[in-house]
Amino acid sequence: MARDGAGAPAHCSGSRDLLRFLTCGSVDDGKSTLIGRLLHDCALIFDDQLEALERESQRFGTTGGIDFSLLLDGLEDERQQRITIDVAYRYFATPARAFVVADAPGHEQYTRNMATGASTSDLAVILVDARNGVVAQTMRHAFICSLLGIRHYVLAVNKMDLVGFDQARFAEIVARFTEFAARFGDSEVCPIPLSALEGDNVTRRSERTPWYRGPSLLEHLERVEPTRGLDQRPFRFPVQWINRPNGEFRGFSGTVVSGSIRVGDPVRLAGSGRTTRVREIVSFDGPLDEVSVGDAVTLRLSEEIDVTRGDMLVDPRNPPECVDQFAAHVIWMSEHRMVPGRSYLLKIGTRTLPATVTALKYRVEVSSLAHLADRSLGLNDIGFCNLSTAAPIAFDPYAENRDTGGFILIDRLTTETAGAGMITFGLRRASNIHWQALTVGRQERAALKGQAAAVLWLTGLSGAGKSTIADLVEKQLYAAGRHTMLLDGDNVRHGLNRDLGFTDVDRVENIRRVGEVAKLMTEAGLIVICSFISPFRAERQMVRELIEPTEFLEIFVDAPLEECIRRDPKGLYAKATAGRIENFTGIGSPYEPPEAAELRLDTVSSTPEDAAARILDALRQRRII
Amino acid sequence: MASTLPVHLRRLEAEAIGIMREVAAEFRNPVMLYSIGKDSSVMLHLARKAFYPAPLPFPLLHIDTLWKFREMIAFRDETARRLGLRLIVHTNEEGVRRGINPITSGSALHTAVMKTEALKQALDRHGFDAALGGARRDEEKSRAKERVFSLRSASHGWVPRNQRPELWRLYNTRLRPGETMRVFPLSNWTEHDVWEYIAAEQIPIVPLYFAALRPVVERSGTWIMVDDDRLPLAPGETPQMRRVRFRTLGCYPLTGAIESNAATPAEIVAELRETRRSERQGRLIDNDEEAAMERKKREGYF
Repeated sequence: MARDGAGAPAHCSGSRDLLRFLTCGSVDDGKSTLIGRLLHDCALIFDDQLEALERESQRFGTTGGIDFSLLLDGLEDERQQRITIDVAYRYFATPARAFVVADAPGHEQYTRNMATGASTSDLAVILVDARNGVVAQTMRHAFICSLLGIRHYVLAVNKMDLVGFDQARFAEIVARFTEFAARFGDSEVCPIPLSALEGDNVTRRSERTPWYRGPSLLEHLERVEPTRGLDQRPFRFPVQWINRPNGEFRGFSGTVVSGSIRVGDPVRLAGSGRTTRVREIVSFDGPLDEVSVGDAVTLRLSEEIDVTRGDMLVDPRNPPECVDQFAAHVIWMSEHRMVPGRSYLLKIGTRTLPATVTALKYRVEVSSLAHLADRSLGLNDIGFCNLSTAAPIAFDPYAENRDTGGFILIDRLTTETAGAGMITFGLRRASNIHWQALTVGRQERAALKGQAAAVLWLTGLSGAGKSTIADLVEKQLYAAGRHTMLLDGDNVRHGLNRDLGFTDVDRVENIRRVGEVAKLMTEAGLIVICSFISPFRAERQMVRELIEPTEFLEIFVDAPLEECIRRDPKGLYAKATAGRIENFTGIGSPYEPPEAAELRLDTVSSTPEDAAARILDALRQRRII
Repeated sequence: MASTLPVHLRRLEAEAIGIMREVAAEFRNPVMLYSIGKDSSVMLHLARKAFYPAPLPFPLLHIDTLWKFREMIAFRDETARRLGLRLIVHTNEEGVRRGINPITSGSALHTAVMKTEALKQALDRHGFDAALGGARRDEEKSRAKERVFSLRSASHGWVPRNQRPELWRLYNTRLRPGETMRVFPLSNWTEHDVWEYIAAEQIPIVPLYFAALRPVVERSGTWIMVDDDRLPLAPGETPQMRRVRFRTLGCYPLTGAIESNAATPAEIVAELRETRRSERQGRLIDNDEEAAMERKKREGYF
């Protein structure tokens, strides 16, 4: 190895493969120090980096000599607070292998960053401080690694120098960890006693652990054979981009995420039943006969079938499941709690579509692996959920293929990545509840009433005037011989939704049920007037997506909070400000005004009669009445 | 596969191609930053592969500080002509009027005005919502922490503490009004990978990367090339001819050369195996302070 010879950074070419691994463990177990030591002992740190490191060690260091963790903790906040906040990636190579190391943060509040590092890793090095043994965070990280599909572990029992290289202490920690790891399925654990600070068993075996017969950390990393097997799995090709430079050429660009494909092989458009053959595999370096997992190419097909971004081309003999409801483990990554029933954007492969968590089956208490009943997930919580997507999606279980079984959930308003999920299995409800073909349809029912169906969704603060306006609109429609129904808090909360309170979670479920009821009523041909505070944009958006686009009118009944408080028709603001009602919109809970409502009615400058007249005008314009 | 690339380079190539296609598919108005350096040359080559046989679905943007090596500008224009590229060149004219330059203004102010500010101006003027850049995580510690898809605020700032988790190869490309994305398809490449790839794919690069006799003066322990008569010489300082090459390219008064005999990509790969100095050693702009790069990035620098 280069570390013994010229002492130069050992970059090497050839057909070496690549091992991606991450280091994790509790705070101060020495993860960054271990990687720094690994790089240093392999002579992979350049002189100018070492000089900078010496300067910084004097300024920030905690270890007296050179503080290797400063090599990786690259952010100012990290160096000043002496902790790792974010995943750092380091690259190194020995003659045997190229490595990508993800150094993951230990603090619980940065667990999401640790999951990020695990998502692309083949192996995890889990550090334990020999003095403290296996702690809650050790188990938390091991469990997250297993959820993200890691099957190979190094249990690095660090700081052995501080326990006198005691074999019994090492054995005790190994036994404890092995017992825990056995509970989450098949995994291979390689325990190594080491001292990152002093270099024992990092790149070479230490004389101070004569009782240890196993490999040094580097030896193990160079030799371990991660079980990937994706080349043996059925062909999967999520279509990423349509390559259409001119009328003659139409190619489908993407990356093969499992299996392989040859020119002439049959492929199916997942979920459609359409099968065709590969006509040509196009690449910049010339046409190819065969491509396999990991290759980014462009496919041309024998027949012109309608394929768009988000579709998947698959092996017709082994197609993926295609469902709109499935069960998955979800790791929550947002400070805004996950709310069942709320609409998120789900991205899987190259496909992005609306989705909701329909049920939180349980939350996993990570240190005990116990399943606890809960109503929502907070930051860094892990739950097992049922999800429902706006359209069927093709997937493989995550354990079989990370690329076709892993997804992220995106908050529609903040656009943050709110959660990550691993699909376990499909729920066959969608395919088992076949729609009964009905002779009398929604149009027929509405036509009999001489109208088109519609939902008039009145949103606004309590006291803004929603009920008054809704009542006027319904009276006028009734007088004109129209068929209507009015839904409001009074008739819904006393019956259908009497099990719901006023927490954020319950408010979302309240609106979801109202939306579904309104949808059924539009199918009956009715004009449905809904009068609800409905404070969150996400839920109003969810209802909008349930209803036919031409049939939904969001109507913002707008009055400033001060005006509503002054009116206070039900005396609720007085109670809320006195602290006698919790979560009251405008006082203890936010109201998110619409950004693109079909109508905005200012109830300060105009009367309820004017407002009602504007709604009726809008209905006439849209030929609903 | 026709390619004879080593396995790990094929993986890096496919990853970068996938990232570029994701940008083309998900953004309204993307652009590729083109700095004329070796990383930009690799990125351009990968983009041609990603979209073949279609032309590049985005233009190239070069931020010209007016202090680049003359050979860089000639190479840029020749490349654009040879490949029929849409090339946008932007200079901060206000900075020019203020007389900002790397010699009397200092590297920090010059970089802030002629690079960072200029980049922001160009992105705003053309309404680009995503910008591909050739930065790599192995270049610098704060880069090692950056996402492949790196969100920037409406004022182009980077908030390192609040980055989106980036799992698998699923990239969250959603933006709120005014926000933009910087995207780094070469994130997981090392300097060594770049050179091996240039050698294997025979990618044209600026000749300044190869050793040749060049007129240089010694400044702060590094060789500065006298590229034109704007570089003031100290009394008694005379340019000497040295066999040197550059590991990175930027504004010539701020970019140090190393003595070398490596005249081909293969010889550079061999030289890198022996070197004890990191790539950015010649960059005078990074050493202003320990966290210089992170500060610049927070302010909108690439």
